[in-house]
Amino acid sequence: MSLILLAEQLLNGLQLGVMLFLMAAGLTLVFGVMGLINLAHGSLYMIGAFAAAAVAGVTGSFVLALAAALCAAAAAGALVEILIIRRLYHRDHLDQVLATFALILIFSEGTRWIFGSFPLFLNIPTYLSGPVTLPGGIQYPLYRLTLIAIGLAIAGGLFLLISRTRLGIQIRAGENDREMIAALGVDISKLYTIVFALGAALAGLAGALVGAIQSVQVGMGEPVLILAFVVIVIGGIGSIKGALIGAILVGLTDTMGGVLLPALFKTFMEPSTAASAGSALASMLIYILMACVLIIRPTGLFGAKA
Amino acid sequence: MSRETALNAVMVMGLFLVPLWALWADEPFIITLTTKAAILALAGVGLNIALGLGGLVSLGHAAFFGLGGYAMGILASHAQSYAPIMETPFLIEGTKSMPVIWVIAIITSGLAALAIGALSLRTTGVYFIMITLAFGQMLYFFSISWPAYGGEDGLSIYVRNGFPGLNTLDPIQFYAIVFVILMAVLVFAGRLAKSPFGLALNAARQSPERVETVGITSYKLRLIAFTISGMITGLAGALFADLNRFVSPTMFSWQTSGEIMVFIIIGGVGRLFGPVVGAVLFILLEHLLGGLSDYWHVYLGVLLLLIVLFARGGLIGTLAGKEISHD
Repeated sequence: MSLILLAEQLLNGLQLGVMLFLMAAGLTLVFGVMGLINLAHGSLYMIGAFAAAAVAGVTGSFVLALAAALCAAAAAGALVEILIIRRLYHRDHLDQVLATFALILIFSEGTRWIFGSFPLFLNIPTYLSGPVTLPGGIQYPLYRLTLIAIGLAIAGGLFLLISRTRLGIQIRAGENDREMIAALGVDISKLYTIVFALGAALAGLAGALVGAIQSVQVGMGEPVLILAFVVIVIGGIGSIKGALIGAILVGLTDTMGGVLLPALFKTFMEPSTAASAGSALASMLIYILMACVLIIRPTGLFGAKA
Repeated sequence: MSRETALNAVMVMGLFLVPLWALWADEPFIITLTTKAAILALAGVGLNIALGLGGLVSLGHAAFFGLGGYAMGILASHAQSYAPIMETPFLIEGTKSMPVIWVIAIITSGLAALAIGALSLRTTGVYFIMITLAFGQMLYFFSISWPAYGGEDGLSIYVRNGFPGLNTLDPIQFYAIVFVILMAVLVFAGRLAKSPFGLALNAARQSPERVETVGITSYKLRLIAFTISGMITGLAGALFADLNRFVSPTMFSWQTSGEIMVFIIIGGVGRLFGPVVGAVLFILLEHLLGGLSDYWHVYLGVLLLLIVLFARGGLIGTLAGKEISHD
């Protein structure tokens, strides 16, 4: 295997990782601050992608499409939080899982109702298409490189938001002691709506960005949702730093496993069995990683001790 | 007789009489529908032992449902093609006999539940939900990418497996088998809940510290409960595969885990007949709303949401009162 191929796969893994981070950041914030498991987070990802595809179809502008994705997902998030999610904060996890599972059904079938069953397409704008040559002679798609840059920029912005701004202080305080910050005069229900809408906007943005390299269809959110759950569980629920490290770890493991394992198995097996055994194991690899992390550290890498 | 007992009796009568009526009215489809509801109820009864009694929110029971299904699929496909499963070091052949398949499905899913439970029960709360989900997904992706037994396309079995003395291809006879198994498992689950083991498990759910203080290891209790729960769900998986004469990775998917959990919540968590009520209602809704609109999942979602938000304790809780009866 050539080094160039390996470097490309590393970049692919990184790209998957930063997109997973956008999903995982919202999930982990919502869990950390409100103590809520939100299975419907994947639906917000889907809403972002559909909004982007619809707006891009009408206006032809990719930037407007991304803005539409952010707004639509944030609005849907705020609406759902005010109407339904708010009633679930003091319930047990079982009720939360069920109610948000119900929301997935409503969102998925509702989207199918509006947009039909056929996938929509969101095109990469011309100024971002085509490959670029990186140092070392690696040809890599410019769009995927842009995704990595956007993802890392948002990760940086989120860290600044959490550590430097007034909202960030309230979020961190909310994670530690919600009664106390309510007593200090912070409007807790408004804070919850903002956090939920922020997470939703990030998920919607991820959906729109990834929607341009995959197809935009109903049910696109659930596989990503499961991966994002793996990410936040590995990183430790509630920790943004854990989400970033977990996301990159999962992105790299998934991508590199798919390339390296079949190659590794070929060194001591017949090619055909090696290919099937390698890809079978590779598809399970991140779940094995997650199980191993949880067995060694039952609250994830950066999770608070329960 | 409490209202819950009366409700349970009505359910049993319904499951007994409706297929008989369908036989008389020559409506084989209704029999098949009832069979499906009874099998899914069985899967739910299995999960309810972990969820209702033990408080273990497992989002990975599709793993056991799928293992049961694939136990049937693999054994029957080998019997169908007359190719032994393995020849060295000793010969293992496929089989078309239901009882043998059930035993193997129960053993396989039981061993899997023992292993998954032993690892997962080290965690609690959300982490437990997620790690069980991860194990389910592991098997899901394995079943998709392992080509020997159909991979993504699944496996078709041409003739339903046999049961000594019965013609299983006749819907009512296959239903009779499923009905007897469901009733037997319900009796077992009811007795389990009242046994010293069940009482200790219930106590460990409510107050683990107190149970530990009197010298009971709650980890062990939960592991046994999780294993029994997986075995029953595995048996349901084998029956479900026989009903459809088809197994596919969908049986392993996390939506399957979610649906089995939905049956319990609709019916009522920790109620003996909760999963039965839930599965029957689910199948009924699927049939009625599915005929009304292609997008029936929207209505199902709204209904589910209303149950979670306003009808806590599920349907049985709403109809028979909040107190879980102890008779």
